[in-house]
Amino acid sequence: MTSEAIVAVYVFVLAVFVGFEVISKVPSTLHTPLMSGANAIHGIVIVGAMLVASAIPGPIGTVLGFLAVVLGTANVVGGFVVTDRMLAMFKQRPTRKPQ
Amino acid sequence: MTVATLIPVAYLIATVTFILGLKGLSSPTTAVLGNRIAATGMLIAVMATFFAADVQGGIPVILAGIAVGGIAGFVGARVVKMTAMPQMVALFNGAGGGAAALVAILEFSRQIDAGALEFGATLATLLALIIGGVSFSGSAVAFGKLQGIITPKAFRYSGQQLVTGGIAAATALLSLVVLAGAVAGSVPVEPMLLIAIITLLALAFGVALVMPIGGADMPVVISLLNAYTGLAVAMAGFTLNNQLLIVAGTLVGASGTILTRLMSKAMNRSLGNVLFGAFGAAPAGGAAAATAGDDGRSIRSISAEDAAILLGYAQNVIVVPGYGLAVAQAQHNVRELADLLESKGITVRYAIHPVAGRMPGHMNVLLAEANIPYDKLFDMEQINPEFPRADVALVIGANDVTNPAARSNPGSPIYGMPILDVDKAQNIIVIKRSMKPGFAGIDNDLYLDPKTAMLFGDAKEAVGKVVQELKRAA
Repeated sequence: MTSEAIVAVYVFVLAVFVGFEVISKVPSTLHTPLMSGANAIHGIVIVGAMLVASAIPGPIGTVLGFLAVVLGTANVVGGFVVTDRMLAMFKQRPTRKPQ
Repeated sequence: MTVATLIPVAYLIATVTFILGLKGLSSPTTAVLGNRIAATGMLIAVMATFFAADVQGGIPVILAGIAVGGIAGFVGARVVKMTAMPQMVALFNGAGGGAAALVAILEFSRQIDAGALEFGATLATLLALIIGGVSFSGSAVAFGKLQGIITPKAFRYSGQQLVTGGIAAATALLSLVVLAGAVAGSVPVEPMLLIAIITLLALAFGVALVMPIGGADMPVVISLLNAYTGLAVAMAGFTLNNQLLIVAGTLVGASGTILTRLMSKAMNRSLGNVLFGAFGAAPAGGAAAATAGDDGRSIRSISAEDAAILLGYAQNVIVVPGYGLAVAQAQHNVRELADLLESKGITVRYAIHPVAGRMPGHMNVLLAEANIPYDKLFDMEQINPEFPRADVALVIGANDVTNPAARSNPGSPIYGMPILDVDKAQNIIVIKRSMKPGFAGIDNDLYLDPKTAMLFGDAKEAVGKVVQELKRAA
């Protein structure tokens, strides 16, 4: 294995631990927004899509690259907007006055 | 120093925002901020990528793609009803999986053209392609099931395991051929043909994986596919040697795994049971034994007027909201009803089953939308001991999560699933459109209980009528 690949594996292993630790205590109310927020974060694949969008010359490569960017962007934008909408429901509202 | 050398710095910032974002999303007070921090990091990463050397040839294509995908994602996310949130998450998740698979295909093709196939990178590319493909088609099926395009029932046929196993084996075999080719320096068959076949097999496997799973289990499946997509993105990161993709994808893979485990636990079933278990495919005896008339019990139906009287004389009411309430958008009417009852000095509380509304937390979101105070919502563990003291349990559009068969009938497909002990209340009013079985496709013994009265109708209309009757009586 090249040293570059080993660094990548290190990063992967450490990220697994961070991923488990960072969200290990979540109230069940937030499970759906959390899933949706995590869903938006894996939209980072858009960066990968941009990097390979013009990797293959010719129409097929262009179409596939275009589709990859479309799907990645939909994932990012849709994911964050949906999460924001869900969370807007939790915003503190003025408490009702007891009658 | 050129702008391009700053790209890794931008990626590092994005990585940190994703970790902070996930951490923020774990607590109610910081969730909104967390989501926006992560979104900002995403924007920084995308902006920086525009300066990368590899991107320069494709800027028009990328801009066009961002425009189309951005509009589709934004409009989809804005117009979707809160009730359709689970399938929307499935759809966006599938998009991410599809993007990862396409990145893998393009990168593989580039490596072949460069004559630089290498074992590690090829393995990562294949994994990104297969996992991304499974996530794409699996999410599409999950979307179809929740949207009602595909039957939400578990779809099974004889020899199913054989077919699913066959697809998996063929995928693995062809992948080994490609890997062996990468090691040997040349792939025996046209490599892109092999990749095309592997892609189709991965898509078929995703369909085969999700079709046999019943609609009631879809939240668990979506959560699992979310983790899959994260993993696929991480693998694409290995292929491209991009740390940002590796970290972000892995974070989601890990968090999705935890969430999936929490959800299966809420339903008291192992993940294996969800994926290969028998929801909906239970022996016919389990369901048939519970049909009306078998043992002389029958269903009692009441009018909105009677329901209003029953509620009006109660001291202690527990509302059990379910998906039916969500579909009918009845949360505001329920709030009105609760306000009326409270003005008469009646205690009103809400019992929230962990998977009420199809996804953990989904029902809380809907009730919060109607301004129902958070401190009136109770988890299953908190509220179950209270049911025997409740004068009326008002079940609105909930079904499987109230089925006592989960406690008492080992033959039932939902046996062992924790349920709300609605049947222990003094009186039970069930608002339901018809006697149609719930999402798990089985009958509910609760409706045959002598204490239970059925108020048939759309949740919104039925609750509205009860409110009118209560107002008239007041």
